[in-house]
Amino acid sequence: MTSKHIVRAYDEELASLGNRIASMGGHAERMVEQSVAALINADAALARKVIADDAILDEGQRWIDDRAILLIARRQPMADDLREIIGTIRIAADLERVGDLGKSIAKRVVAVSDARQPIQLFRGLEALATLALTQLKQVLDVYASRSVEAISFMRDRDEEIDAMYTSLFRELLTYMMEDPRNISPCTHLLFCAKNIERIGDHATNIAETVYYVVTGEQLPPERPKEDKSHRVVLSADGDKA
Amino acid sequence: MTRDQGANAQQIETLSAQQLAAAVPDPIIIFDRRGTTRYANPAAISAFGHIPAGTMLTHKFRTPEMQKIIETALREMRPGALEYVERVPLERAFRVAVLPLEGTNLLMIHFKDQSETRRIDRMRADFIANASHELRTPLASISGFIETLRGPARNDEKARDSFLQIMQTQTSRMARLIDDLLSLSRIEMKPFARTGEKIDIGEIVASVVESLSHLARDLGVTVNFVPPQEKVLAPANRDELTQVLVNLLENACKYGQSGERVDVTIGQSSDGPAPEVVVTIRDYGPGIAEEHIPRITERFYRIDGETSRVKNGTGLGLAIVKHILTRHDGRLSVKSKLGEGASFTIHLPAQ
Repeated sequence: MTSKHIVRAYDEELASLGNRIASMGGHAERMVEQSVAALINADAALARKVIADDAILDEGQRWIDDRAILLIARRQPMADDLREIIGTIRIAADLERVGDLGKSIAKRVVAVSDARQPIQLFRGLEALATLALTQLKQVLDVYASRSVEAISFMRDRDEEIDAMYTSLFRELLTYMMEDPRNISPCTHLLFCAKNIERIGDHATNIAETVYYVVTGEQLPPERPKEDKSHRVVLSADGDKA
Repeated sequence: MTRDQGANAQQIETLSAQQLAAAVPDPIIIFDRRGTTRYANPAAISAFGHIPAGTMLTHKFRTPEMQKIIETALREMRPGALEYVERVPLERAFRVAVLPLEGTNLLMIHFKDQSETRRIDRMRADFIANASHELRTPLASISGFIETLRGPARNDEKARDSFLQIMQTQTSRMARLIDDLLSLSRIEMKPFARTGEKIDIGEIVASVVESLSHLARDLGVTVNFVPPQEKVLAPANRDELTQVLVNLLENACKYGQSGERVDVTIGQSSDGPAPEVVVTIRDYGPGIAEEHIPRITERFYRIDGETSRVKNGTGLGLAIVKHILTRHDGRLSVKSKLGEGASFTIHLPAQ
């Protein structure tokens, strides 16, 4: 990890925390990817697998919490090591939340696929998921390579996700107004979209933690940003502008 | 090497191993028994991005299967193999082999790109799904007109002419749609490879502006482009970049026709993490509403189906643009306000 310690076991304990984060990251990415695939292909079996996989992330987070606290108590780490350990705890918490969000998408698969939905309902969601997954992958790649130069750039991507979410929100409302039978699947899809957007937020959180772990400094405060869906209103007279 | 004849045998041995790995076109990463990267060859960096020495292999390749096979190989120093798929930013599939290097404490992981075979399968499925969906509308319209022509309008000379006209428009639309679908599939199918060869972006832009001058004139649009004084170089595939620029400039002329003017500018920027070459195509047409901007690169996403059809749009042009730029590690950014035109900017990494 960083410089060598006199006690080799300490190094190994630190390394095992990092390894667990990487494996949690892999599971989280897989869950998000599969939950969206299950949604699009109306694949109930895959959805059940995703729901079951969430336990792996819960277990991972508990394991990291326990180990990290033991490590702090026994070794009384300083500076870099302390940041590394605290960072691990925070990243594990974010990844665990990503898993929950993936699970929540998977749970809606059955409700959405009750009646087969036209494909255009899913296209936007798929694009949104690709954005969020790309962000999650990039940030975990930075955790692996420790090259934090790319991080400030990454936060801009979060704005793209928010813009996409707002647009999707509007589109789904339009479908609901077109045909009341769309209301039930579209409501579920709205929640799925919100979950994906939240996954992007967690990726941003992880990016900030990694930056802090590596540099010892906080990322400069974020520009005020928001998704604008809370202001989206469609009037019933067919005005979709 | 000649400088330092005295280098000891071990150094020469490690050096030549690296040189060998560097020459292999497939991604190769050499790592030690702790799972730490010692060396990643240029093909690996081009395929997976920056992998500095010291990176834990399991941190970079995180799928559960990959974690398992690397851990097993490290524990037992035994070879292993699996299929590895990366979904984002581009779908790529690899046949992966993990091999201990005999006589050393090192292991290597080798990636064989299988994306092409996988993509051919996917392409067939996608093509059929997209084509059947998008061709159904014009086909339904044509068959409707045929029915009318054989029945009620059998002897109506005037109606016949106008119906045939519409049918011709529809068939040429279908033909264009098939061209675009094929072109998108072709790009998606080609293996992902950055050649690293730098080309003069200014020259390509100039030739695209030239080749579309006819269309611009017909539409009454003036294209303003001042070629840069110096060469602007970036690694890119000439044909693919030309297609990006043609699609964007054609859109600007067609959809921004009312603005009667399109500005094309080339510049260099170092705002991002790495220096970029940026090409901006700005029109002064009706612009794009904010809520549509994030979505316009989706396949078949149409802001206004009717306008798009009148302008001969297939709904795939920007999807093609986005896909090509992603392959180049670049991106497309779009700025627009209703009533104030739109500007499409291509960002290409300069290195």
